[in-house]
Amino acid sequence: MTEQRTVIVTGASRGIGAACAEAFVLQGDRVFGLSRTPGDAASGVEHRSVDLSSPEDLLAAMDAIEQETGSIDVVVANAGITRDQLSVRMSDEDFAEVIDVNLTSTFRVVRRSLKRMIRQRSGRIVVVSSIGALMGLPGQANYAASKAGVIGMARAVAREVASRGITVNVVAPGLIETDMTTALGEDRLALLADQVPAGRLGTPEEVAAAVVFLASPTASYITGAILAIDGGLGMGL
Amino acid sequence: MSDDAAFEKFKTCAVEVLQVSPEAVVKEARFADDLDADSLDLVELVMALEETFDITVEEDELEGVETIGQAFDLVNAKL
Repeated sequence: MTEQRTVIVTGASRGIGAACAEAFVLQGDRVFGLSRTPGDAASGVEHRSVDLSSPEDLLAAMDAIEQETGSIDVVVANAGITRDQLSVRMSDEDFAEVIDVNLTSTFRVVRRSLKRMIRQRSGRIVVVSSIGALMGLPGQANYAASKAGVIGMARAVAREVASRGITVNVVAPGLIETDMTTALGEDRLALLADQVPAGRLGTPEEVAAAVVFLASPTASYITGAILAIDGGLGMGL
Repeated sequence: MSDDAAFEKFKTCAVEVLQVSPEAVVKEARFADDLDADSLDLVELVMALEETFDITVEEDELEGVETIGQAFDLVNAKL
């Protein structure tokens, strides 16, 4: 590592976000974790309290980080929520809230980062989608729509800024050992786990390894890609 | 600020953002044909001008702006 990069991870308080933040810290980057609470974020991650549904909060935090470090080199847009319910019973509020946090706030993070990255003529953006975007799990019409949405968004942005040395990629985690997966419930989890060719759930660290790679200088010719980290669950999708 | 001073400031921005020589930044120069600027270059230039001159340029004001002169007039009118 020649110089310390400024890395921003949203939803860094637990699960995949926490693992990503820790992985960047371990390789010597300066890492800012954006979430409501520090949660389980590793030591070395600089927590910034942000309610991601608040555009003002988010902008203020990112402005402050840019001012403090003078750069925004890597952004991992990971924050996401679920409000699972079968479609016929899903309320407008549950649909809108998931879209707002998972898709709209992700776009805001990306847009703000680009302002800096375009000037720098460099940058790495990694958006965390989900295998659910491609498989469409029952009860997740809102979540699947939001996670499929970020794929289209990421690819449109990837085309816009590719000539500026900025890459925008997507990871699509499958069944990973996180609170969000546990929330699927034992029955549904067991059913899905049976279909994983690798025969087990993945770890947040295994997702973080892929994110760190896509964010590395060596991944300079990869943009607009979707990298599944799912033990083969979504193969062919 | 005089028109000349404003144009010099504008030119500095354009040279830096579009990475062209100062001699190329003349009022008749067309962004696409003469300065090889793509749409993202123009967005960058607008962002830089907004910051330098402490102004705001709305999207619809940019419609039909194809030359350095047109862009400068747009900025200068806001000073």
